[in-house]
Amino acid sequence: MIPLLWGILHTWLVVGFAPFAVGLVRLTKARLQGRRGASPLQPYRDLWRLLQKESVIADSATWLFRVSPYLVFVAVWLAATILPTVTTEMVMTPAADLIALVALLGVARFFTALAGLDVGTPFGGLGASREMFIASLAEPAMLMVIFSLSVLAHTTSPAHLVAFVLSGHVGLEVSVGLALGALLMVAIAENGRIPIDNPTTHLELTMVHEAMILEYSGRHLALMEAAAMVRLLLFLSMIICVFFPWGIALPGSGPLWVLVGLGAWTLKIAVLAIGLGLFETMIAKMRIFRIADFLGGALLLALLAIIFLYVSEAV
Amino acid sequence: MIIGSAMAALLLLGVLAVAGRRLHAIHGLIHAGCIVVSLALVFDGASYLMGAAQGQIPAITLPFGLPWMSAHFRLDSLSAFFLMVINVPAALAGLYGIGYVHHLPDPQRVTPLMPLFLFGMNGVLIADDAFVFLVAWEFMSLASWLLVLSDHTNAQARKAASVYLIMAAFGTFCLLAAFGLMAGAGGIYDFAGIRAHPAAGLAAAAVVFLALLGAGSKAGLVPLHVWLPLAHPAAPSHVSALMSGVMTKVALYGLIRILFDLCPAVGWEWGFVMMLVGGVTAVLGVFHALMERDLKTILAYSTVENIGIVVIALGLAAAFRDHGEMGLAALALVAALYHLLNHSLFKSLLFFGAGAVISATGRRDLDSLGGLFNRMPVTGVCFLIGSCAISALPPLNGFVSEWLVFQSLFHGPTVAHWAMRFGVPVVGVMMALAAAFAASCFVRAFGITFLGRPRTDSARIAEDPPLTMQLAMAIPAMMCLCLGVFPVLVSTGIASVVEPLIKVKLPPATLGWPWLSPISATSGSYSATMVMLTGIALSITTILVVHHFGTRKMRRAPAWDCGHPEVIANAQYSADSFSQPLRRVFASTLFSAQETVEMPQPGDIGPARFRLRMIDPIWTWLYMSIVKAVDGIAGLVNRLHSLTVRQYLLMMFWTLVLLLLIVAGRQS
Repeated sequence: MIPLLWGILHTWLVVGFAPFAVGLVRLTKARLQGRRGASPLQPYRDLWRLLQKESVIADSATWLFRVSPYLVFVAVWLAATILPTVTTEMVMTPAADLIALVALLGVARFFTALAGLDVGTPFGGLGASREMFIASLAEPAMLMVIFSLSVLAHTTSPAHLVAFVLSGHVGLEVSVGLALGALLMVAIAENGRIPIDNPTTHLELTMVHEAMILEYSGRHLALMEAAAMVRLLLFLSMIICVFFPWGIALPGSGPLWVLVGLGAWTLKIAVLAIGLGLFETMIAKMRIFRIADFLGGALLLALLAIIFLYVSEAV
Repeated sequence: MIIGSAMAALLLLGVLAVAGRRLHAIHGLIHAGCIVVSLALVFDGASYLMGAAQGQIPAITLPFGLPWMSAHFRLDSLSAFFLMVINVPAALAGLYGIGYVHHLPDPQRVTPLMPLFLFGMNGVLIADDAFVFLVAWEFMSLASWLLVLSDHTNAQARKAASVYLIMAAFGTFCLLAAFGLMAGAGGIYDFAGIRAHPAAGLAAAAVVFLALLGAGSKAGLVPLHVWLPLAHPAAPSHVSALMSGVMTKVALYGLIRILFDLCPAVGWEWGFVMMLVGGVTAVLGVFHALMERDLKTILAYSTVENIGIVVIALGLAAAFRDHGEMGLAALALVAALYHLLNHSLFKSLLFFGAGAVISATGRRDLDSLGGLFNRMPVTGVCFLIGSCAISALPPLNGFVSEWLVFQSLFHGPTVAHWAMRFGVPVVGVMMALAAAFAASCFVRAFGITFLGRPRTDSARIAEDPPLTMQLAMAIPAMMCLCLGVFPVLVSTGIASVVEPLIKVKLPPATLGWPWLSPISATSGSYSATMVMLTGIALSITTILVVHHFGTRKMRRAPAWDCGHPEVIANAQYSADSFSQPLRRVFASTLFSAQETVEMPQPGDIGPARFRLRMIDPIWTWLYMSIVKAVDGIAGLVNRLHSLTVRQYLLMMFWTLVLLLLIVAGRQS
């Protein structure tokens, strides 16, 4: 009964908190750029306003165009629901391990790219093509990070990974550092952040994610935007869950510890969000064909993480 | 009993088709007959697997074949499983063929060969001695060769057929040698005898090598895959579906039969080699698919990729078995069988979809299609489901089997040998790249074909195919969903097939039936059922929330496109422009891709031209050098054809002297 309760609460927690995290990143960036910036609650108002607007759909669009936002949002929301953030005692947690989470994000990407191609405009195709290009390199890197974690902890399930790390079996290892580096790079790429993509760009030719959803408006755009926000929160949570799980409540530890977990998680998300804002301000966007070097680097880091595990074992 | 009459019925259908070739209705009748026979075989396989607990393995010896040996047939659980894998798509192809065969220029070249092709494939599965196996194998090869050649006026089809014939002959030759080695000095050719005296040592290694070459050339392992993307698309679409979805599975059956049953003394080194070959096959296959423009060639190359994935899992199973990790070996083998079952379904579905597109538009080039999703709704939805399944998206079936392959791959380093420990992560990278590229490939294949605006008039007037063809696509689409949502039921079934080969049963689901947790309760789990149910719950919530708090108003308008919409349909992203980023990054080294743009001079109104040149390294460097070597040798031999009588006599004389010297040397 309790896992079900936590599961349902968690479902709403992730979707309710995601706009705030995005707002925090934006606020950080605005302050660092010398602007006052909007309040971190602004993304909520944006979503609400978009929901009230009528949706304009291109003549050439098929019904897939209208269904995609729902599919994309649900796939990302589902992934975020499954990943433990404040407690691992949730009914849905064993339903998908990290590989399945990657695949759920793949569902979202697949339909976003199809929606980009659907209207038949050059920009939509451009976005879809580049998104799949980035994903073709980011997804393998992510899977290799999972591989290295699985070799280390003998599990791909996030809940058991948390338990493993909290049990103190893992010290400071080079491999863990490399895997963290790779995961951070993948997270940047998958969320379309600088230096891979710019979520606030106004120049169509530099768009990737924004180019795919260019034709969307009204509630459909709201869903696509919300999906992007939840995805950012999901990746931040994943980094926390796998590498900094301290504070996450384990099964049977009672509601008080869940409250502690909530506090710890909020704090860690805030730190990561501010860190992301800082990083994005410091760095410039790269050319599209440099992305291959960046993500190839991530892939190699993850591969090295696995190989170093054996090297350290052999020494 | 059922199998025997089914096989006889297939032969009879073939003969009937030839006899009644003047009748118009014969094509439909023969295809309907194929459906009935295939369903009977599916039923037989299923009923055997259901009752497999009794341990009865029906076998029969028929008095024909070689003079000193009668023909042996046997149905064990592996054969029964493959009977189902093969005959479900075969029945669907029959159903599809009823409507499709009339679109072909020459249906009487296709209809009689369909039942014969099925006869050959089913014969391989139930063979219990090397002779029957090889005869059935050749039957299958030749029937499919004739099917490739059915469009014989097309020069490309003729080229494909000749390449295919050479590769098929090469494959059978290797298998022949492999069986010869397994038979040993005693010349025991029935499988029971081979099992009793398995090959060992160097002979076993040679058997594995030859089996990899023989079955691998039929399945499409790199570098023996070159015929596959030529021959599979050249056949009529329902035959392409059979060749790609089914015949490659028969080849894998041969490989599994030899590696895990007849010649089990396979060292982990061979498992390691198979893993690497599988990895390279997967990556190269899908990368080719990403670069191709022809819809059916894309599907054929994607078959190469999926065969690679299955072979990775088979290699892992062999390596685990050699190291005594029987539980993991069972897992890897289950993953391999699950994936090839899935692939037989979604690849058939995709080829049926491609056939529907081709018969509706007459085009198979992605860049002349587009916008078919509104015009061919049933085909579009089925093709979309197939694309999602092959891209391994949950909750469909492709994801389950790839998840199982990844799980067994992640446990590869359990084998404590440095080569496995460093090799498995590298294979992991290849497998992960292949999985990610496959998603790109099918976003491209589906998106350019079905979405956007139509690029030609023939795409503008396309319509859905007749009801039988729609049904033949809808059924496998449903099956893809079912095999994905109830994975534990399927994996338990496959585990019982694997048990006699590995002698270990995959542990049943530790967390209950909806949870797939193959290794242990804590090592990672996936529940498609829960994902699906929660997904539905969240979807309903989303729709309710959006529609309750938001407005439902909607308006149609011209595409916005940032304020400068382009009316020309060719301004859309094309197949080549979609794959351009990946091509720039990988193909410039892998395929020596070169892009040249010729811009007209200012003031000149001539068109600008974009040229793309790519070289298939395996074809150019490996096969062309073989061709050159053969030509060179033939040239040398050719000189012997025009000598004078004196020179011929002299040659005979020296040959005689040489032989006498050898004889003398041996006697002393």
